[in-house]
Amino acid sequence: MNPVFRYLKSLLLIELLKGMALTGKYLVAPKYTVRYPEETIPKSNRFRGLHALRRYPNGEERCIACKLCEAVCPALAITIDSEQRADGSRRTTRYEIDLFKCIFCGFCEESCPVDSIVETHVHEYHFENRGENILSKQKLLALGDRFEAEIAAARQQDAAYR
Amino acid sequence: MSAQPSNSTAPDLVNIEVDGTPMQVPKGSMIIHATDKARVAVPRFCYHEKLPIAANCRMCLVDVEKAPKPVPACATPVMEGMKIRTRSERALNSQRNVMEFLLINHPLDCPVCDQGGECELQDVAMGYGRSVSRFVERKRVVADEDIGPLIATDMTRCIHCTRCVRFMGEIAGTSELGGIGRGEATEIGTYIGKSIESELGGNIIDVCPVGALTNKPFRFKARAWELIARESIGYHDALGSNLFLHTRRGEVLRVVPRACEAVNENWLSDRDRYSHQGLYAEDRATQPMIRGADGELKPVSWDEAIRFVADGLTRVQTAHGGDQIAALVAPMASSEEGFLLAEILRGLGSRNLDHRLRVVDAGDRSGGATFELPLAEIEKASAILLLGSNPRLDQPLLGHRVRKAWKHGASVDAINPIAFDFHFDTQAARIVEPWRMLDEAAALAKAAAERTGASVAGAIAPLLAAATVEDAHREMARRLHEAGSAVLIFGDFAVQHPAASTLRALARFIAQCTASAFNEVASGANGVGLARVGVLPGAGGFGAAQILAQPRKALLVHHAGSQDTLRSKSYDEARSGAEFHVYLGAYACSGVRRTAHAVLPLGLAPEIDGTYLNVDGRVQTIAAGAKLPGEARPGWRVLRALGAALGLPGFEFTELGELRERIAPRLAGAVAEAGQIGTFARPAAGGLSRVATVAVYRSDAVVRRAAALQATPLASTACVALNPADFTTLGLDAGGNARVSDGSCTAELPVRADTRVPAGAAWIELGHSETAALAPNGARLTVTRV
Repeated sequence: MNPVFRYLKSLLLIELLKGMALTGKYLVAPKYTVRYPEETIPKSNRFRGLHALRRYPNGEERCIACKLCEAVCPALAITIDSEQRADGSRRTTRYEIDLFKCIFCGFCEESCPVDSIVETHVHEYHFENRGENILSKQKLLALGDRFEAEIAAARQQDAAYR
Repeated sequence: MSAQPSNSTAPDLVNIEVDGTPMQVPKGSMIIHATDKARVAVPRFCYHEKLPIAANCRMCLVDVEKAPKPVPACATPVMEGMKIRTRSERALNSQRNVMEFLLINHPLDCPVCDQGGECELQDVAMGYGRSVSRFVERKRVVADEDIGPLIATDMTRCIHCTRCVRFMGEIAGTSELGGIGRGEATEIGTYIGKSIESELGGNIIDVCPVGALTNKPFRFKARAWELIARESIGYHDALGSNLFLHTRRGEVLRVVPRACEAVNENWLSDRDRYSHQGLYAEDRATQPMIRGADGELKPVSWDEAIRFVADGLTRVQTAHGGDQIAALVAPMASSEEGFLLAEILRGLGSRNLDHRLRVVDAGDRSGGATFELPLAEIEKASAILLLGSNPRLDQPLLGHRVRKAWKHGASVDAINPIAFDFHFDTQAARIVEPWRMLDEAAALAKAAAERTGASVAGAIAPLLAAATVEDAHREMARRLHEAGSAVLIFGDFAVQHPAASTLRALARFIAQCTASAFNEVASGANGVGLARVGVLPGAGGFGAAQILAQPRKALLVHHAGSQDTLRSKSYDEARSGAEFHVYLGAYACSGVRRTAHAVLPLGLAPEIDGTYLNVDGRVQTIAAGAKLPGEARPGWRVLRALGAALGLPGFEFTELGELRERIAPRLAGAVAEAGQIGTFARPAAGGLSRVATVAVYRSDAVVRRAAALQATPLASTACVALNPADFTTLGLDAGGNARVSDGSCTAELPVRADTRVPAGAAWIELGHSETAALAPNGARLTVTRV
């Protein structure tokens, strides 16, 4: 382009007007920002958040201490001790997840033969004291009890693909 | 000239082809031997290299050219020109189909099965099976049987390979398991619902390819992939069976055998397999402790404890002389510990130390004898004489070798104080009370001398002159003499006999006359090693029996418990009477807490680096496999520090390697026997003669604390067994109690009549606290009705 012509064109402030037009467009367009935490965006049923241990409807814990999750965990975040319960079944005496180590890959959930260890949609949590990063068996079962309805619904939704 | 087939094969070899590779294999061997040799994988369940062939799982079907159908590799002998294909379409198809049939009734609950992760069925199903099952019908369920505290059963998982049945029948020799029913109704079990009683029963866990038989104390504790296998050896008998400790986070969770043809083959005795529970007993010492001025034991730091012990020993040495210091070392101590302890004692000017804690007569200063016929060769012997030996329970895998020899046609004779339950037959068993064993041995020696014309000299001459030779003795001598390879096994009872040195001289004479090997079983796990590094009384020093009879002012005890000695009453007196008593060991039991002035907690064999010598003189060096509890330390470190604190020379080293270099020449050389025969006095007639064998699961402090072993039928309770004739004469009640007295001590024990006990003997086992006070082997006992 002719440099003289370009100089004359710049005097018309076309670039500025173009920029202002874009700004104007976004000024009136619908907003993507949500007003977190009052508002949240929807989550996939496969969202991998805080862990939980589930129970059967009769209250029996699902976990059979097969330790596949412990073996598959790439971050070595899971520690399990097991022994024979009085009724002869195989159960955990300790089931701990270190949330500092966990990378939320979801392998534990995938490897579980009884759908016991699952990852919930909860991703909002914090620790205030040393040691709170360890999720004990009691905490995991309590999480499972609290979110059972949502966990079951998510599994139901995904059933066709598993 | 016509083409001649070249025949360069040795006459006993045949030419075959495995998957296109030509090879030569021995005539009469099976296809699976050839494929294993060629490292071609053929799946199998029922075949096991050490068990007879059953060919009932059909998993090893392979394709043989010109054969009408696939043949089982484990039961088809090779033939000249055979072409075997293990990966052909036909072979793979048959393997897939067999796998499908095997899985029809096998529960697919691997996540809860203890075998999961180390299961042959899992592996083979992954390698040779289909990825899906077509079977949708109900699976069969089999009720479990309780076969004792050692082995857990899940019989629904059983695939009827019958390895366990064959093991119990052929190797353990007890035939406690069998198959009941046919076809789908087949069940493996004991039929009468009893506990497995064999001392080798735990091996059926290893041979079981599925999770039907699993380790009960280990049940549901951990998964195979979490465990770290560390090489170690068994330390409860003189064989030093090779094994793996399976540990997790430093804790031994189970023990499995490590194959070693020279020692234990593929097997492990239950004692070595389950003793690890004893490592975690409640009374395990975890803190060094010293007795303060107030008379109470208090935990202190290692520095303080070592200084206290060094001061105490120096005090006794200055006040009473080094001769007033004595040490008792349990035979399971490592050679390194033994050497350092011997050096400390020598440095303090004492010659009183011994590891032969149960030996009554050590007059000939024997110790450290190794087998003249190596352990692995015993199965090839054609005549065996057991002298005061119960190899089946004392050294279970030695018993297994004897059984193998017997199965190959060897004659087994015995001169024993009890008609022990063997898993082999004896041709002539002379079962007599302990003192008459001398006469029997002398008669056999005389028969052997008559046969070979050997001249008799020395201390045994009068015994031979007085002996009456019967035909049975001549026959025994003939069998030993005519055998191509004969061996005399001088067992634990003979070593602990009240006139052991005389008995040993007689046995050596018999072996010499009949050209038999003389195999003396060393006492404890490291008897040979300890004797070679000098844990024996020096010239003029006191042996264990004398240390107990004439207690010294200072007593060091290394790993021994009161029931490891020949008479715990004397031991208790010796330690409570001692001015300064130091316990270096693993367990702070009540006796130790009551008497010891210092308790130095040490690691046990699985937890420390150590060198052990077995009956063959085989040097086995093991590394620490498990974590030491609390403040406990390896014995060699503690003794090194103690030696340095005492200012003795030779304790400047810091590395174990330097110490090992120093003891290596001593471990290589045998100990010379003094050859003298100790004197003995036969007790006056009347009363019964004590037979004190060591109860199988009471043999040392660790085993005594292994809960599962103590719950087995083999774990006996304290009692006195008498010959039925004596039982009647003494007017005793069956199921009642009897008062047993040795003149100074009395014990009240349950009494029973037992045909295995000879007339004139009272069989009271060692290792029980109730029987601990009674006098040792051969002592006169009076048994009266309560």
